[in-house]
Amino acid sequence: MNKPVVATTSLAGCFGCHMSILDIDERILDLIELVEFNKSPIDDIKTFTKQCDIGLIEGGCCNSENVHVLKEFRKHCKILVSVGECAIMGGLPALRNGIPIRECLREAYLTGPSVTANIEHIIPNDDELPMILDKVYPCHEIVKIDYFLPGCPPRADLIWQTLVSLIKGKEISLPYEVIKFD
Amino acid sequence: MGRKITIEPVTRVEGHGKVTIHLDDDGNVAQTRLHIVEFRGFERFVQGRPYWEMPVLVQRLCGICPVSHHLAAAKALDVIVGAGTGDGLTPTAEKMRRLMHYGQMFQSHSLHFFHLASPDLLFGIDADPAIRNVIGVALKNKELAVQGVMMRKFGQEIIQITAGKKIHGTGAIPGGINKHLTVEERDRFLKGPDPLNADKMIEWSLSALEFFKDYYKKNKDFIDNFSVFPSNFLSLVRKDGAMDLYHGVLRAVDPKGKKILDDVDYQDYLKYIDEEVRSWSYMKFPYLKAYGKKDGWYTVGPLARVNTADFIPTPLAQKEFEIFKKANKGKPSCISMHMHWARLIEILHSAEMIKQLLSDPDIVEGELVVKGSKHSEGIGLIEAPRGTLFHHYEINGKDQIIMANLIVSTTNNNQPMNEAVSYIAGNYMNKKREITEPMLNAVEVGIRAYDPCLSCATHAFGQMPLEISLYDSSDNLIDIKRK
Repeated sequence: MNKPVVATTSLAGCFGCHMSILDIDERILDLIELVEFNKSPIDDIKTFTKQCDIGLIEGGCCNSENVHVLKEFRKHCKILVSVGECAIMGGLPALRNGIPIRECLREAYLTGPSVTANIEHIIPNDDELPMILDKVYPCHEIVKIDYFLPGCPPRADLIWQTLVSLIKGKEISLPYEVIKFD
Repeated sequence: MGRKITIEPVTRVEGHGKVTIHLDDDGNVAQTRLHIVEFRGFERFVQGRPYWEMPVLVQRLCGICPVSHHLAAAKALDVIVGAGTGDGLTPTAEKMRRLMHYGQMFQSHSLHFFHLASPDLLFGIDADPAIRNVIGVALKNKELAVQGVMMRKFGQEIIQITAGKKIHGTGAIPGGINKHLTVEERDRFLKGPDPLNADKMIEWSLSALEFFKDYYKKNKDFIDNFSVFPSNFLSLVRKDGAMDLYHGVLRAVDPKGKKILDDVDYQDYLKYIDEEVRSWSYMKFPYLKAYGKKDGWYTVGPLARVNTADFIPTPLAQKEFEIFKKANKGKPSCISMHMHWARLIEILHSAEMIKQLLSDPDIVEGELVVKGSKHSEGIGLIEAPRGTLFHHYEINGKDQIIMANLIVSTTNNNQPMNEAVSYIAGNYMNKKREITEPMLNAVEVGIRAYDPCLSCATHAFGQMPLEISLYDSSDNLIDIKRK
């Protein structure tokens, strides 16, 4: 039997959720036995090398690239999981949602105390930079999401139990101690 | 549901890092750029929040090194609540914070070396990406992989015991810390069963260093010539010139080792440091004002720290420091791949510091918080795993943040990473019309010497989200490769 294929990505997140995946510690060696990590979950997304069984999404969508990647993940993953608060509801980066993006850019590049030499008033703007969205969107407002794992980050045990349950097709047991955070 | 998203047709792959290479008429590399494509807006959106939220809020900048942001913010707020800088805290508070920080240094460096860098060393940078990852390491050298996993675990558990959580904890508060260890908690790390105790971690740190030095002996050409360019180096050092990752004064040296900044109180950082904004990257380019934008840029991180410090105040790491210094003839090393060597010396130093702090009676009892009279402004610096980290806040009479300025480690390394990419591209790309796999790998390895934060943590499973575009002299895109 082929091993289930897992893909992961970090959109507008801090990688903390991926770190929490690594916090399964020595079980990572068991995980390698249980699943095949798609060799390049994020490599050349357009030609996702194969269909995946489980996609883990960290982070919400703050720019056009995030949206693109998320849609590609939906297209190629049977089950899509929002991992952590940013994916679920925008999380901390969504604190900017009440503020015009122009003000955020001005503060970072024009009015901050250590950009005094920016006399040309440059704000980064280049073909190579993706477009910033008007606000940070939770993943389920862009595509259908099948499961949501709460936490900032979700604790390693929660991620582990979810993965094992999904792989084995069993109901997920989620005692309070596992879903509680902070 | 009302949803309005405007998206241009996107053909780009995900990635926080993206490289473009422009060739001249003769097909030689004319220009390379490492673009950082993420923008968050922290400086603006924390305005209006109560100041005491900062240590838990701003650490969400980075889940790989949250403790560094947590502590840099707390140090800035120490100044604001009148608890002074660095030495103003109670012994218990300072030592608990240091323990948290060295735990973080230990876990983050372990991740960086074992999970991210060791596959390149074990398999060579041209090896099939399918095996060139931590899973491949587990299959080829299980002992090494297990050591890496357990060392990271040890550091994460130190963080958990000091901050309540492995990622995004809450230990430091303005003016101090919210707990000390219990005797049982301390003993677990000091005398716990193998491998999760301080002595075993010191032993494994030493063996990781031996692994690297052995590799270096056999691959000296590669390490020494892969990426090398003159740079200034900046870090905090203790007042007496010792390496200190938690607190100190600013020092910078030039490529020859001459001190171009020394004994600078970081509350004055704005007198010395400014940032250039370039249109093609969201990441700014810091530089030393006295030397200007062109010549004032500098490198931070492990390599900078071993280049600026006079000595390391723990015996085993000091021995390794002397070996490093001797190999570089007492001068600063400008070899990018020496970043890994320096990182391993710091892993050892962190393990020694953890043992020393756990053995200190102040860690299990003592006052936790000091109070003073309120100031409206505070600056906190710390040596994060990837380098010097600056946090600067101002508050109003209602205790709300009205200004926040953050210069993060990766930003400080912006120009050096661009230099490394440029150096490597020059070596691999001249006269070529397409991007080859070795070239793509090489750029990735070069960036990774400085920073895995650019790469996604999924690289732990084998990838770095990187895109390289190649343009000819008329700005036509002639090749694009993605990882």
